[in-house]
Amino acid sequence: MKNKLFEKYFVFSPYFWLVLFFFIPLAIIFKISISVSEWGMPPYQDIFLFDNGFKINTTFENYVYIFSDYYYIGSFVNSLILALISTFFCLLIGFPLAFYIATSNIRLRNILLVLVVIPFWSSFLLRVYAWKIILQNNGILNVILLNLGITSEPLQLLYNQYAVIMGIVYTYLPLMILPLYGYLNKFDLNLIEASKDLGLNRIKTFFKVILPLSVPGIVAGSLLVFIPVVGEFIIPEMLGGSDRLYYGKILWEEFFVNRNWPGASALAFSGIIILVLPIVIFQILYSRWSQKNEI
Amino acid sequence: MKSSLIKSTVIFLGLFFLYFPILVLIFYSFNENKRVMVWKGFSLRWYNELFNNEQIIEAFIISIKIAALSATFATILGVMIGYSLVRIRKIPFKSFYIFLSSTPLVLPELILGLSMLLFFINLNNVIGFPSSRGQLTIFISHVTFCIAFVAIIIQARLTDFNKNIEEAAMDLGYNYTKVLYKITLPIILPSIIAGWLLAFTISLDDLVVASFTTGPGANTLPIVVFSKVRLGLSPEVNALSAILMFALIIIGLFYFYFNKKFKH
Repeated sequence: MKNKLFEKYFVFSPYFWLVLFFFIPLAIIFKISISVSEWGMPPYQDIFLFDNGFKINTTFENYVYIFSDYYYIGSFVNSLILALISTFFCLLIGFPLAFYIATSNIRLRNILLVLVVIPFWSSFLLRVYAWKIILQNNGILNVILLNLGITSEPLQLLYNQYAVIMGIVYTYLPLMILPLYGYLNKFDLNLIEASKDLGLNRIKTFFKVILPLSVPGIVAGSLLVFIPVVGEFIIPEMLGGSDRLYYGKILWEEFFVNRNWPGASALAFSGIIILVLPIVIFQILYSRWSQKNEI
Repeated sequence: MKSSLIKSTVIFLGLFFLYFPILVLIFYSFNENKRVMVWKGFSLRWYNELFNNEQIIEAFIISIKIAALSATFATILGVMIGYSLVRIRKIPFKSFYIFLSSTPLVLPELILGLSMLLFFINLNNVIGFPSSRGQLTIFISHVTFCIAFVAIIIQARLTDFNKNIEEAAMDLGYNYTKVLYKITLPIILPSIIAGWLLAFTISLDDLVVASFTTGPGANTLPIVVFSKVRLGLSPEVNALSAILMFALIIIGLFYFYFNKKFKH
């Protein structure tokens, strides 16, 4: 009987914390996103009115407002494209690295893996800041380009979308490599030998054997990079310019500059519905499925 | 032979890409010149200025305090979740439980920060607490999104380890609680330490959530650093970077030591 009490304590302490400080805040975002906005503090009306009998006072205007204005949709699309491109480059750089690390001998493998992940432990903000130094007009990259004679005057490398992509690929690369390595590490290297023995050349072996077997790793790594990048705020703020607006920046300004709380909440909640929910459902289903099939 | 050359080249280039920016940062931290990009000579001047910069030192202390406290709370709650998910069969609304404990991992920080801020404002309207935001509200927010990271480490560790040890102890007369404290927790201790280190680093490094939930007297280190480098470069931040990167990398090495220990 004592066990029961003890189990309850273990299950419900974190349950309570997460409902109070995670679920309710999400519910509040939803509530404010369907509230009627007005001038004042707080800048929205209550959704339940009691003055003249009970009345529910909600609106979908904030969503309509966002999804009919190109300023908001455009930045949403910009963020999705940015996330797609960055994920692609992370995969392009991360896959060969993960593959070659996974096929190294076991001692070297562990050392290399730690070496790859360690930069991820150093401060995110400072790693982005490092690129600000590298990409300056009189920074190292420009000095090299000038000395090689590739360009005759310093290039404007900072404050544009390419600098943003650079920064993202750099900071998120370890997140791509880790799950890729996890799956590549598991599979049997003899398969590659076998496919070679059976007459497949290198390219065919890659596309017919290695790639299909690493799909779970590719999916996991891509999700780990894609989702946070859509909401990324710091990197575009530090390295980006005014050529592209992104979701994170728009959300930030809608709240802090325009003081439009319902609008910002509608933006945030749309982000959750479009972005996060499908992935969480996918993960729950996937983990159930893999438990059932004992993978 | 050709393929092993390609292999070494790829690995070398990959590591170069990962470490080059960090080395550049450390290199420039020794530049005497106030203008960061113009090299004037080796000097420790900016380290000296850094240690005399009260704003940065104060922010550093606040950050460490919040990180240590929120890591501790997140670890306690995260261990409970990890344990519940693996060992306890009856969890009411289990899908909801999994949803709550895994969503913070994938939710963009910006949305999390906004929801916490609006929550605290609403809470204050309803019960008059917290009357102003500050270290306490940052602490609560950090615990909330660090829990998931600890839980996932503990869950992986408990799935790995042999339940027979626990059952054997139970057969030998240990009760449930005693098994937990004498057997289970000591065995997963390295993972608990690893989880704490991860949570500590995440909290120490967080800018976005802290920016939303901060208030008077609670400027954390990332907030101060961001305000200094948002529009330009700062030689003091260069010096800070070098020190912080070094310290955090050491923490990272400890993390690997504790997290990998059980695998051998």
